[in-house]
Amino acid sequence: MKTLVWVEHDGAAVKDATLSTVTAASQLGDVHLLVAGQGVGAVADAATKIAGVAKVHVADDAAYAHALAENIAPLVAELMGDHDAFVVPSTSTGKNIAPRVAALLDVMQISDILSVEGDNSFTRPIYAGNAIATVKSSDAKLVLTVRGTAFAKAATEGGSGTIEAVGSTGEKGVSTFLSSEIAKSERPELTSAKIIVSGGRALQNAENFTSIIEPLADKLGAGVGASRAAVDAGYVPNDYQVGQTGKIVAPEVYIAVGISGAIQHLAGMKDSKVIIAINKDEDAPIFQVADIGLVGDLFKIVPELTGKL
Amino acid sequence: MKIMVPVKRVLDYNVKPRVKADGSGIDLANVKMSMNPFDEIAVEEAIRLKEKGVATEIVVVSIGEQKAQETLRTALAMGADRAILIVSEDRVEPLGVAKLLKAIADEEAPGLIILGKQAIDDDNNQTGQMLAALTGWGQGTFASAVEVSGDSVTVTREIDGGSETVSLKLPAIVTTDLRLNEPRYASLPNIMKARAKPLAQKTAADYGVDIAPRITTLKVEEPAKRSAGVKVADVDELIGKLKTLGVVA
Repeated sequence: MKTLVWVEHDGAAVKDATLSTVTAASQLGDVHLLVAGQGVGAVADAATKIAGVAKVHVADDAAYAHALAENIAPLVAELMGDHDAFVVPSTSTGKNIAPRVAALLDVMQISDILSVEGDNSFTRPIYAGNAIATVKSSDAKLVLTVRGTAFAKAATEGGSGTIEAVGSTGEKGVSTFLSSEIAKSERPELTSAKIIVSGGRALQNAENFTSIIEPLADKLGAGVGASRAAVDAGYVPNDYQVGQTGKIVAPEVYIAVGISGAIQHLAGMKDSKVIIAINKDEDAPIFQVADIGLVGDLFKIVPELTGKL
Repeated sequence: MKIMVPVKRVLDYNVKPRVKADGSGIDLANVKMSMNPFDEIAVEEAIRLKEKGVATEIVVVSIGEQKAQETLRTALAMGADRAILIVSEDRVEPLGVAKLLKAIADEEAPGLIILGKQAIDDDNNQTGQMLAALTGWGQGTFASAVEVSGDSVTVTREIDGGSETVSLKLPAIVTTDLRLNEPRYASLPNIMKARAKPLAQKTAADYGVDIAPRITTLKVEEPAKRSAGVKVADVDELIGKLKTLGVVA
Protein backbone atom coordinates (compact mmCIF):
# COMPACT_ATOMS: atom_id res chain seq x y z
CA MET A 1 0.00 0.00 0.00
CA LYS A 2 1.26 3.47 -0.88
CA THR A 3 0.41 6.18 1.64
CA LEU A 4 0.44 9.95 1.29
CA VAL A 5 1.10 11.74 4.57
CA TRP A 6 0.12 15.38 5.13
CA VAL A 7 3.11 17.29 6.48
CA GLU A 8 2.04 19.70 9.18
CA HIS A 9 4.41 22.67 9.20
CA ASP A 10 4.60 26.36 10.03
CA GLY A 11 6.41 27.33 6.84
CA ALA A 12 9.82 26.83 8.43
CA ALA A 13 9.86 23.48 10.24
CA VAL A 14 8.05 20.15 10.26
CA LYS A 15 5.74 19.89 13.26
CA ASP A 16 5.94 16.92 15.63
CA ALA A 17 2.42 15.77 14.77
CA THR A 18 3.75 14.78 11.34
CA LEU A 19 6.27 12.40 12.90
CA SER A 20 3.70 10.28 14.75
CA THR A 21 1.61 10.25 11.58
CA VAL A 22 4.57 8.88 9.61
CA THR A 23 4.83 6.04 12.14
CA ALA A 24 1.14 5.20 11.65
CA ALA A 25 1.50 5.37 7.87
CA SER A 26 4.58 3.13 7.88
CA GLN A 27 2.42 0.40 9.43
CA LEU A 28 0.34 0.47 6.25
CA GLY A 29 3.05 0.53 3.59
CA ASP A 30 5.34 2.92 1.68
CA VAL A 31 5.45 6.43 3.09
CA HIS A 32 5.20 9.38 0.74
CA LEU A 33 4.86 12.89 2.13
CA LEU A 34 3.07 15.94 0.84
CA VAL A 35 4.53 19.33 1.67
CA ALA A 36 2.16 22.06 0.50
CA GLY A 37 2.57 25.77 1.04
CA GLN A 38 4.41 28.76 -0.27
CA GLY A 39 8.20 28.93 0.03
CA VAL A 40 8.44 25.51 1.64
CA GLY A 41 11.92 24.50 0.42
CA ALA A 42 13.36 24.16 3.91
CA VAL A 43 10.37 22.14 5.12
CA ALA A 44 10.66 19.82 2.11
CA ASP A 45 14.38 19.27 2.78
CA ALA A 46 13.70 18.45 6.41
CA ALA A 47 10.90 16.11 5.32
CA THR A 48 13.23 14.03 3.10
CA LYS A 49 15.33 13.22 6.17
CA ILE A 50 12.48 11.74 8.23
CA ALA A 51 13.21 8.06 8.78
CA GLY A 52 11.31 5.75 6.46
CA VAL A 53 10.21 8.35 3.93
CA ALA A 54 10.49 7.28 0.28
CA LYS A 55 9.27 10.36 -1.56
CA VAL A 56 8.32 13.94 -0.78
CA HIS A 57 5.77 15.59 -3.06
CA VAL A 58 6.23 19.32 -2.92
CA ALA A 59 3.44 21.69 -3.95
CA ASP A 60 4.84 25.20 -3.70
CA ASP A 61 2.26 27.77 -4.73
CA ALA A 62 0.57 30.88 -3.37
CA ALA A 63 -2.76 28.99 -3.46
CA TYR A 64 -1.47 26.72 -0.66
CA ALA A 65 0.06 29.45 1.50
CA HIS A 66 -2.46 29.21 4.36
CA ALA A 67 -3.53 25.58 3.92
CA LEU A 68 -7.05 26.55 2.87
CA ALA A 69 -8.97 23.28 2.52
CA GLU A 70 -10.75 24.52 -0.60
CA ASN A 71 -7.42 24.77 -2.47
CA ILE A 72 -5.58 21.86 -0.84
CA ALA A 73 -8.27 19.17 -1.16
CA PRO A 74 -8.33 19.09 -5.00
CA LEU A 75 -4.52 18.82 -4.98
CA VAL A 76 -4.62 15.85 -2.62
CA ALA A 77 -7.49 14.24 -4.52
CA GLU A 78 -5.36 14.37 -7.68
CA LEU A 79 -2.33 12.87 -5.92
CA MET A 80 -4.55 10.12 -4.53
CA GLY A 81 -4.87 8.74 -8.06
CA ASP A 82 -1.48 7.21 -7.34
CA HIS A 83 -1.80 6.48 -3.60
CA ASP A 84 -3.95 4.13 -1.53
CA ALA A 85 -4.21 6.05 1.72
CA PHE A 86 -4.16 9.70 2.79
CA VAL A 87 -2.87 9.85 6.35
CA VAL A 88 -3.23 13.08 8.28
CA PRO A 89 -2.40 14.20 11.81
CA SER A 90 -5.47 15.05 13.95
CA THR A 91 -4.49 18.70 14.16
CA SER A 92 -6.88 21.54 13.43
CA THR A 93 -5.41 21.75 9.89
CA GLY A 94 -5.66 18.00 9.37
CA LYS A 95 -9.23 17.82 10.65
CA ASN A 96 -10.17 20.69 8.35
CA ILE A 97 -8.70 19.21 5.18
CA ALA A 98 -9.04 15.41 5.41
CA PRO A 99 -12.87 15.09 5.27
CA ARG A 100 -12.98 17.42 2.28
CA VAL A 101 -10.54 15.10 0.52
CA ALA A 102 -12.52 12.00 1.57
CA ALA A 103 -15.75 13.39 0.11
CA LEU A 104 -14.00 14.30 -3.17
CA LEU A 105 -12.80 10.68 -3.36
CA ASP A 106 -16.23 9.39 -2.30
CA VAL A 107 -14.83 7.48 0.67
CA MET A 108 -15.58 7.55 4.39
CA GLN A 109 -12.84 8.92 6.59
CA ILE A 110 -11.77 7.14 9.77
CA SER A 111 -11.03 9.83 12.35
CA ASP A 112 -8.43 9.91 15.09
CA ILE A 113 -7.05 6.37 14.84
CA LEU A 114 -5.28 4.91 17.87
CA SER A 115 -3.85 1.81 16.21
CA VAL A 116 -3.55 -0.02 12.91
CA GLU A 117 -5.07 -3.48 13.27
CA GLY A 118 -4.74 -4.65 9.67
CA ASP A 119 -4.74 -3.14 6.16
CA ASN A 120 -8.24 -1.78 6.51
CA SER A 121 -9.02 -1.96 10.20
CA PHE A 122 -8.22 0.47 12.96
CA THR A 123 -9.18 1.37 16.50
CA ARG A 124 -10.56 4.79 17.38
CA PRO A 125 -12.13 6.43 20.42
CA ILE A 126 -15.84 7.28 20.47
CA TYR A 127 -18.08 8.96 23.08
CA ALA A 128 -15.33 11.22 24.39
CA GLY A 129 -12.95 8.31 24.78
CA ASN A 130 -15.38 6.31 26.91
CA ALA A 131 -15.31 3.50 24.36
CA ILE A 132 -12.85 2.21 21.79
CA ALA A 133 -14.27 0.99 18.49
CA THR A 134 -12.51 -1.35 16.10
CA VAL A 135 -13.66 -0.45 12.61
CA LYS A 136 -13.04 -1.79 9.12
CA SER A 137 -13.29 0.19 5.92
CA SER A 138 -14.67 -1.28 2.71
CA ASP A 139 -13.60 1.72 0.61
CA ALA A 140 -11.06 1.39 -2.18
CA LYS A 141 -8.95 4.17 -0.70
CA LEU A 142 -8.38 5.13 2.91
CA VAL A 143 -8.51 8.58 4.46
CA LEU A 144 -7.30 8.52 8.07
CA THR A 145 -6.59 11.09 10.71
CA VAL A 146 -4.11 9.99 13.36
CA ARG A 147 -4.09 10.71 17.09
CA GLY A 148 -0.53 11.88 17.63
CA THR A 149 -0.24 10.72 21.22
CA ALA A 150 -1.05 7.12 20.21
CA PHE A 151 1.99 6.63 17.95
CA ALA A 152 5.73 7.06 18.60
CA LYS A 153 7.45 9.81 16.66
CA ALA A 154 9.52 8.82 13.62
CA ALA A 155 13.16 9.94 13.77
CA THR A 156 13.88 13.26 12.06
CA GLU A 157 17.17 11.95 10.68
CA GLY A 158 18.19 8.90 8.69
CA GLY A 159 15.70 9.13 5.86
CA SER A 160 16.62 9.66 2.24
CA GLY A 161 13.41 10.63 0.48
CA THR A 162 13.48 12.09 -3.01
CA ILE A 163 11.78 15.37 -3.80
CA GLU A 164 9.18 15.53 -6.55
CA ALA A 165 7.60 18.85 -7.50
CA VAL A 166 3.83 18.77 -7.96
CA GLY A 167 1.95 21.11 -10.29
CA SER A 168 -0.58 23.41 -8.67
CA THR A 169 -4.30 22.76 -8.95
CA GLY A 170 -4.76 26.49 -8.47
CA GLU A 171 -6.79 28.93 -6.45
CA LYS A 172 -10.46 27.89 -6.22
CA GLY A 173 -11.60 31.38 -5.38
CA VAL A 174 -14.25 30.49 -2.76
CA SER A 175 -12.18 31.35 0.32
CA THR A 176 -9.57 33.89 1.32
CA PHE A 177 -7.20 33.97 4.28
CA LEU A 178 -7.42 37.30 6.11
CA SER A 179 -5.32 37.08 9.27
CA SER A 180 -4.19 34.91 12.13
CA GLU A 181 -3.46 35.43 15.77
CA ILE A 182 -0.97 32.94 17.12
CA ALA A 183 -0.40 32.85 20.87
CA LYS A 184 3.29 33.31 21.66
CA SER A 185 4.73 31.08 24.32
CA GLU A 186 8.20 30.12 25.50
CA ARG A 187 6.81 27.00 27.11
CA PRO A 188 6.74 23.58 25.42
CA GLU A 189 3.86 23.02 23.00
CA LEU A 190 0.97 21.38 24.82
CA THR A 191 0.56 18.32 22.60
CA SER A 192 4.23 17.36 22.79
CA ALA A 193 5.10 18.48 26.34
CA LYS A 194 6.47 15.80 28.70
CA ILE A 195 4.90 17.47 31.72
CA ILE A 196 1.71 19.52 31.78
CA VAL A 197 0.30 21.63 34.58
CA SER A 198 -3.38 22.39 34.05
CA GLY A 199 -5.66 24.73 35.94
CA GLY A 200 -9.41 24.79 36.30
CA ARG A 201 -12.22 27.01 37.47
CA ALA A 202 -10.97 26.92 41.07
CA LEU A 203 -8.19 29.34 40.11
CA GLN A 204 -10.91 32.03 40.20
CA ASN A 205 -9.24 34.52 37.85
CA ALA A 206 -6.55 35.13 35.25
CA GLU A 207 -4.19 36.70 37.80
CA ASN A 208 -4.25 33.60 39.98
CA PHE A 209 -3.64 31.45 36.94
CA THR A 210 -0.55 33.48 36.13
CA SER A 211 0.72 33.66 39.70
CA ILE A 212 0.01 30.07 40.75
CA ILE A 213 -0.03 27.71 37.75
CA GLU A 214 2.65 29.30 35.60
CA PRO A 215 5.49 29.41 38.20
CA LEU A 216 4.96 25.69 38.91
CA ALA A 217 4.99 24.93 35.17
CA ASP A 218 8.17 26.97 34.71
CA LYS A 219 9.87 25.18 37.58
CA LEU A 220 9.07 21.83 35.97
CA GLY A 221 9.69 22.94 32.37
CA ALA A 222 6.08 22.00 31.74
CA GLY A 223 3.42 23.06 29.27
CA VAL A 224 0.35 24.85 30.61
CA GLY A 225 -3.16 23.56 30.02
CA ALA A 226 -6.64 24.40 31.24
CA SER A 227 -10.12 23.01 31.62
CA ARG A 228 -12.96 24.39 29.54
CA ALA A 229 -14.28 26.21 32.61
CA ALA A 230 -11.02 28.14 32.95
CA VAL A 231 -11.04 29.01 29.26
CA ASP A 232 -14.70 30.06 29.24
CA ALA A 233 -14.13 32.23 32.27
CA GLY A 234 -11.35 33.98 30.36
CA TYR A 235 -8.44 32.96 32.62
CA VAL A 236 -6.44 31.70 29.62
CA PRO A 237 -6.73 31.66 25.81
CA ASN A 238 -8.81 28.98 24.06
CA ASP A 239 -5.89 27.03 22.71
CA TYR A 240 -4.90 26.04 26.26
CA GLN A 241 -7.99 23.86 26.52
CA VAL A 242 -7.47 20.15 27.13
CA GLY A 243 -10.42 17.88 26.45
CA GLN A 244 -12.83 16.33 23.95
CA THR A 245 -13.19 19.65 22.18
CA GLY A 246 -9.74 21.00 22.89
CA LYS A 247 -6.38 19.29 22.66
CA ILE A 248 -5.75 15.62 23.35
CA VAL A 249 -2.58 15.20 25.38
CA ALA A 250 -0.74 12.22 26.84
CA PRO A 251 2.31 13.55 28.68
CA GLU A 252 4.50 11.63 31.12
CA VAL A 253 3.01 13.63 33.96
CA TYR A 254 -0.25 15.60 34.03
CA ILE A 255 -0.84 17.79 37.06
CA ALA A 256 -4.50 18.83 37.37
CA VAL A 257 -4.96 21.76 39.72
CA GLY A 258 -8.48 22.76 40.74
CA ILE A 259 -10.03 20.64 37.98
CA SER A 260 -13.03 18.47 38.95
CA GLY A 261 -12.54 15.97 36.12
CA ALA A 262 -15.65 16.14 33.92
CA ILE A 263 -16.02 13.48 31.18
CA GLN A 264 -15.10 16.03 28.53
CA HIS A 265 -11.86 17.00 30.26
CA LEU A 266 -10.84 13.40 31.00
CA ALA A 267 -11.27 12.65 27.27
CA GLY A 268 -8.29 14.90 26.61
CA MET A 269 -5.83 13.68 29.23
CA LYS A 270 -6.64 10.28 30.66
CA ASP A 271 -3.95 8.55 28.61
CA SER A 272 -1.28 10.51 30.48
CA LYS A 273 1.26 8.15 32.09
CA VAL A 274 0.96 9.64 35.57
CA ILE A 275 -1.90 11.87 36.67
CA ILE A 276 -1.54 14.05 39.75
CA ALA A 277 -4.58 15.85 41.14
CA ILE A 278 -4.69 18.72 43.59
CA ASN A 279 -8.24 19.55 44.63
CA LYS A 280 -10.00 20.54 47.81
CA ASP A 281 -13.02 18.33 47.06
CA GLU A 282 -12.03 14.79 47.93
CA ASP A 283 -15.02 13.44 45.98
CA ALA A 284 -14.00 15.16 42.74
CA PRO A 285 -14.07 12.65 39.83
CA ILE A 286 -10.48 13.56 38.97
CA PHE A 287 -9.33 11.46 41.97
CA GLN A 288 -10.79 8.33 40.30
CA VAL A 289 -8.18 8.56 37.56
CA ALA A 290 -5.36 10.22 39.48
CA ASP A 291 -2.32 8.14 40.40
CA ILE A 292 -1.40 10.61 43.10
CA GLY A 293 -3.94 12.83 44.79
CA LEU A 294 -3.55 15.61 47.29
CA VAL A 295 -6.69 16.98 48.93
CA GLY A 296 -6.38 20.58 50.00
CA ASP A 297 -6.42 24.25 49.13
CA LEU A 298 -4.53 24.85 45.89
CA PHE A 299 -3.79 28.45 46.94
CA LYS A 300 -1.63 27.05 49.77
CA ILE A 301 -0.44 23.80 48.24
CA VAL A 302 0.77 24.95 44.83
CA PRO A 303 2.93 27.89 45.98
CA GLU A 304 4.40 25.63 48.68
CA LEU A 305 5.12 22.97 46.07
CA THR A 306 6.68 25.49 43.70
CA GLY A 307 8.78 26.89 46.54
CA LYS A 308 10.11 23.52 47.62
CA LEU A 309 11.03 22.25 44.16
CA MET B 1 -31.06 34.68 3.00
CA LYS B 2 -32.14 31.26 4.13
CA ILE B 3 -30.01 29.40 6.68
CA MET B 4 -30.00 25.62 6.96
CA VAL B 5 -28.94 23.96 10.21
CA PRO B 6 -28.47 20.20 10.45
CA VAL B 7 -28.95 18.82 13.98
CA LYS B 8 -28.25 15.39 15.49
CA ARG B 9 -29.86 13.53 18.35
CA VAL B 10 -27.18 12.05 20.60
CA LEU B 11 -26.68 10.61 24.07
CA ASP B 12 -26.88 13.52 26.51
CA TYR B 13 -23.41 14.87 27.24
CA ASN B 14 -23.79 14.38 31.00
CA VAL B 15 -24.52 10.67 30.71
CA LYS B 16 -21.64 8.25 31.14
CA PRO B 17 -21.86 5.87 28.15
CA ARG B 18 -22.10 2.14 28.91
CA VAL B 19 -20.53 -0.31 26.50
CA LYS B 20 -22.85 -3.25 25.73
CA ALA B 21 -21.69 -6.57 27.11
CA ASP B 22 -21.63 -8.17 23.65
CA GLY B 23 -19.27 -5.48 22.33
CA SER B 24 -21.69 -4.36 19.62
CA GLY B 25 -21.90 -0.73 20.69
CA ILE B 26 -23.13 1.65 23.36
CA ASP B 27 -26.32 0.88 25.28
CA LEU B 28 -28.80 3.59 24.29
CA ALA B 29 -31.91 1.94 25.74
CA ASN B 30 -33.64 4.13 28.33
CA VAL B 31 -30.95 6.77 28.51
CA LYS B 32 -31.41 10.50 28.14
CA MET B 33 -30.91 11.76 24.59
CA SER B 34 -30.46 15.42 23.64
CA MET B 35 -29.48 17.68 20.81
CA ASN B 36 -25.75 17.51 20.10
CA PRO B 37 -24.30 20.52 22.01
CA PHE B 38 -22.42 21.85 18.97
CA ASP B 39 -25.68 21.79 17.01
CA GLU B 40 -27.44 23.87 19.68
CA ILE B 41 -24.73 26.45 19.08
CA ALA B 42 -25.39 26.24 15.33
CA VAL B 43 -29.13 26.80 15.84
CA GLU B 44 -28.43 29.71 18.18
CA GLU B 45 -26.09 31.35 15.67
CA ALA B 46 -28.70 31.04 12.92
CA ILE B 47 -31.32 32.64 15.18
CA ARG B 48 -28.97 35.50 16.01
CA LEU B 49 -28.38 36.09 12.30
CA LYS B 50 -32.14 36.21 11.84
CA GLU B 51 -32.51 38.65 14.72
CA LYS B 52 -29.88 40.85 13.08
CA GLY B 53 -31.93 40.83 9.88
CA VAL B 54 -29.30 38.84 7.97
CA ALA B 55 -31.35 35.66 7.71
CA THR B 56 -34.98 35.47 6.62
CA GLU B 57 -35.72 31.83 7.31
CA ILE B 58 -34.12 29.02 9.31
CA VAL B 59 -34.64 25.43 8.19
CA VAL B 60 -33.45 22.70 10.55
CA VAL B 61 -32.76 19.21 9.27
CA SER B 62 -32.15 15.92 11.03
CA ILE B 63 -31.39 12.47 9.71
CA GLY B 64 -32.17 9.54 11.94
CA GLU B 65 -34.91 7.63 13.67
CA GLN B 66 -38.44 8.95 14.25
CA LYS B 67 -37.46 10.20 17.70
CA ALA B 68 -35.18 12.77 16.07
CA GLN B 69 -38.45 14.72 15.70
CA GLU B 70 -37.99 15.75 19.34
CA THR B 71 -34.61 17.23 18.50
CA LEU B 72 -36.13 19.17 15.61
CA ARG B 73 -38.96 20.42 17.86
CA THR B 74 -36.32 21.67 20.29
CA ALA B 75 -34.68 23.63 17.46
CA LEU B 76 -38.08 25.01 16.42
CA ALA B 77 -38.74 26.04 20.02
CA MET B 78 -35.42 27.88 20.10
CA GLY B 79 -36.53 29.88 17.04
CA ALA B 80 -36.09 27.90 13.82
CA ASP B 81 -38.96 28.27 11.33
CA ARG B 82 -39.35 24.89 9.73
CA ALA B 83 -37.97 21.37 10.01
CA ILE B 84 -37.19 18.44 7.73
CA LEU B 85 -36.68 14.93 9.07
CA ILE B 86 -35.13 12.28 6.88
CA VAL B 87 -36.13 9.06 8.55
CA SER B 88 -33.56 6.30 8.68
CA GLU B 89 -33.65 3.59 11.31
CA ASP B 90 -30.13 2.56 10.28
CA ARG B 91 -27.11 4.57 11.29
CA VAL B 92 -26.02 6.96 8.54
CA GLU B 93 -22.32 7.81 8.27
CA PRO B 94 -21.05 11.38 7.77
CA LEU B 95 -20.54 10.79 4.03
CA GLY B 96 -24.16 9.63 3.66
CA VAL B 97 -25.38 12.51 5.81
CA ALA B 98 -23.38 14.97 3.71
CA LYS B 99 -24.90 13.54 0.51
CA LEU B 100 -28.43 13.85 1.88
CA LEU B 101 -27.74 17.39 3.10
CA LYS B 102 -26.37 18.25 -0.35
CA ALA B 103 -29.63 17.00 -1.89
CA ILE B 104 -31.67 19.14 0.52
CA ALA B 105 -29.40 22.13 -0.09
CA ASP B 106 -30.03 21.76 -3.84
CA GLU B 107 -33.78 22.04 -3.16
CA GLU B 108 -33.71 24.69 -0.48
CA ALA B 109 -30.85 26.83 -1.83
CA PRO B 110 -29.72 28.23 1.53
CA GLY B 111 -27.15 31.05 1.63
CA LEU B 112 -25.42 29.53 4.63
CA ILE B 113 -25.36 26.10 6.23
CA ILE B 114 -24.26 26.01 9.87
CA LEU B 115 -23.34 22.66 11.43
CA GLY B 116 -21.78 21.61 14.71
CA LYS B 117 -18.07 20.85 14.36
CA GLN B 118 -18.54 17.32 15.67
CA ALA B 119 -21.14 15.03 17.20
CA ILE B 120 -20.21 13.99 20.72
CA ASP B 121 -21.09 10.33 20.08
CA ASP B 122 -19.06 9.40 17.00
CA ASP B 123 -16.57 12.27 17.49
CA ASN B 124 -15.94 12.22 13.72
CA ASN B 125 -15.68 15.93 12.90
CA GLN B 126 -16.34 15.29 9.19
CA THR B 127 -19.86 16.14 8.02
CA GLY B 128 -19.46 19.90 7.46
CA GLN B 129 -16.22 19.52 5.55
CA MET B 130 -17.71 16.71 3.42
CA LEU B 131 -20.79 18.78 2.64
CA ALA B 132 -18.52 21.67 1.63
CA ALA B 133 -16.65 19.34 -0.73
CA LEU B 134 -19.85 18.03 -2.31
CA THR B 135 -21.31 21.51 -2.81
CA GLY B 136 -17.96 23.03 -3.80
CA TRP B 137 -18.57 25.83 -1.28
CA GLY B 138 -16.05 27.41 1.05
CA GLN B 139 -15.81 26.07 4.60
CA GLY B 140 -15.28 27.95 7.85
CA THR B 141 -14.73 25.16 10.35
CA PHE B 142 -14.39 25.46 14.16
CA ALA B 143 -15.92 28.94 14.09
CA SER B 144 -15.75 31.20 17.14
CA ALA B 145 -17.12 34.27 15.30
CA VAL B 146 -19.28 34.64 12.20
CA GLU B 147 -20.10 37.86 10.40
CA VAL B 148 -22.11 38.07 7.21
CA SER B 149 -21.64 41.12 5.03
CA GLY B 150 -22.95 41.39 1.49
CA ASP B 151 -22.13 38.28 -0.48
CA SER B 152 -19.47 36.95 1.87
CA VAL B 153 -19.06 35.67 5.41
CA THR B 154 -16.08 36.32 7.65
CA VAL B 155 -15.30 33.42 9.97
CA THR B 156 -12.84 33.42 12.87
CA ARG B 157 -11.61 29.86 13.35
CA GLU B 158 -10.12 28.17 16.39
CA ILE B 159 -6.80 26.64 15.31
CA ASP B 160 -4.09 24.84 17.29
CA GLY B 161 -1.85 27.82 17.94
CA GLY B 162 -4.58 30.45 18.34
CA SER B 163 -7.11 31.67 15.82
CA GLU B 164 -7.34 32.68 12.18
CA THR B 165 -9.86 34.63 10.13
CA VAL B 166 -11.02 33.69 6.65
CA SER B 167 -13.51 35.20 4.25
CA LEU B 168 -15.83 32.87 2.33
CA LYS B 169 -18.00 33.59 -0.67
CA LEU B 170 -21.66 32.85 -0.05
CA PRO B 171 -23.16 30.30 -0.13
CA ALA B 172 -20.82 28.75 2.41
CA ILE B 173 -20.52 26.16 5.16
CA VAL B 174 -19.73 27.03 8.77
CA THR B 175 -19.10 24.56 11.61
CA THR B 176 -19.38 25.76 15.19
CA ASP B 177 -16.90 25.64 18.03
CA LEU B 178 -18.09 25.84 21.64
CA ARG B 179 -16.83 29.39 21.81
CA LEU B 180 -19.22 30.75 19.18
CA ASN B 181 -22.14 31.57 21.48
CA GLU B 182 -24.22 30.58 24.50
CA PRO B 183 -27.39 28.85 23.27
CA ARG B 184 -30.69 30.12 24.68
CA TYR B 185 -33.25 28.01 26.50
CA ALA B 186 -36.59 27.54 24.82
CA SER B 187 -39.38 29.12 26.88
CA LEU B 188 -42.60 27.21 27.55
CA PRO B 189 -44.71 29.40 25.21
CA ASN B 190 -42.12 28.87 22.47
CA ILE B 191 -42.16 25.13 23.08
CA MET B 192 -45.96 25.22 22.66
CA LYS B 193 -45.69 27.31 19.49
CA ALA B 194 -43.05 24.96 18.08
CA ARG B 195 -45.64 22.17 17.98
CA ALA B 196 -47.49 24.03 15.26
CA LYS B 197 -44.45 24.72 13.11
CA PRO B 198 -44.07 22.65 9.93
CA LEU B 199 -42.06 19.43 10.12
CA ALA B 200 -41.76 17.53 6.83
CA GLN B 201 -40.86 13.86 6.79
CA LYS B 202 -38.84 12.26 4.02
CA THR B 203 -36.74 9.17 3.46
CA ALA B 204 -33.28 8.78 1.98
CA ALA B 205 -34.89 7.04 -0.98
CA ASP B 206 -36.82 10.26 -1.78
CA TYR B 207 -33.47 11.81 -2.68
CA GLY B 208 -32.07 8.81 -4.52
CA VAL B 209 -28.95 8.96 -2.40
CA ASP B 210 -26.91 5.86 -1.62
CA ILE B 211 -26.23 5.84 2.10
CA ALA B 212 -24.93 2.28 2.42
CA PRO B 213 -22.28 2.25 5.16
CA ARG B 214 -18.64 2.02 4.14
CA ILE B 215 -17.35 1.26 7.60
CA THR B 216 -18.17 -1.78 9.69
CA THR B 217 -17.79 -1.67 13.44
CA LEU B 218 -16.17 -4.95 14.42
CA LYS B 219 -16.34 -4.37 18.16
CA VAL B 220 -16.69 -1.70 20.81
CA GLU B 221 -14.81 -2.04 24.08
CA GLU B 222 -14.26 -0.16 27.29
CA PRO B 223 -10.95 1.68 27.34
CA ALA B 224 -8.23 0.29 29.58
CA LYS B 225 -9.03 1.11 33.18
CA ARG B 226 -6.52 3.12 35.17
CA SER B 227 -5.46 1.44 38.38
CA ALA B 228 -6.45 3.16 41.59
CA GLY B 229 -3.98 5.74 42.82
CA VAL B 230 -2.84 6.85 46.24
CA LYS B 231 -3.57 9.99 48.19
CA VAL B 232 -0.69 11.82 49.77
CA ALA B 233 -1.02 13.85 52.96
CA ASP B 234 1.09 16.91 52.19
CA VAL B 235 3.38 18.67 49.77
CA ASP B 236 6.52 16.96 51.07
CA GLU B 237 5.06 13.54 50.41
CA LEU B 238 4.00 14.72 46.93
CA ILE B 239 7.53 15.90 46.21
CA GLY B 240 8.82 12.53 47.40
CA LYS B 241 6.57 10.83 44.84
CA LEU B 242 7.67 13.23 42.12
CA LYS B 243 11.29 12.36 42.90
CA THR B 244 10.52 8.63 42.69
CA LEU B 245 8.98 9.27 39.28
CA GLY B 246 12.00 11.24 38.16
CA VAL B 247 9.95 14.37 37.50
CA VAL B 248 12.21 16.38 39.78
CA ALA B 249 15.77 15.69 40.81
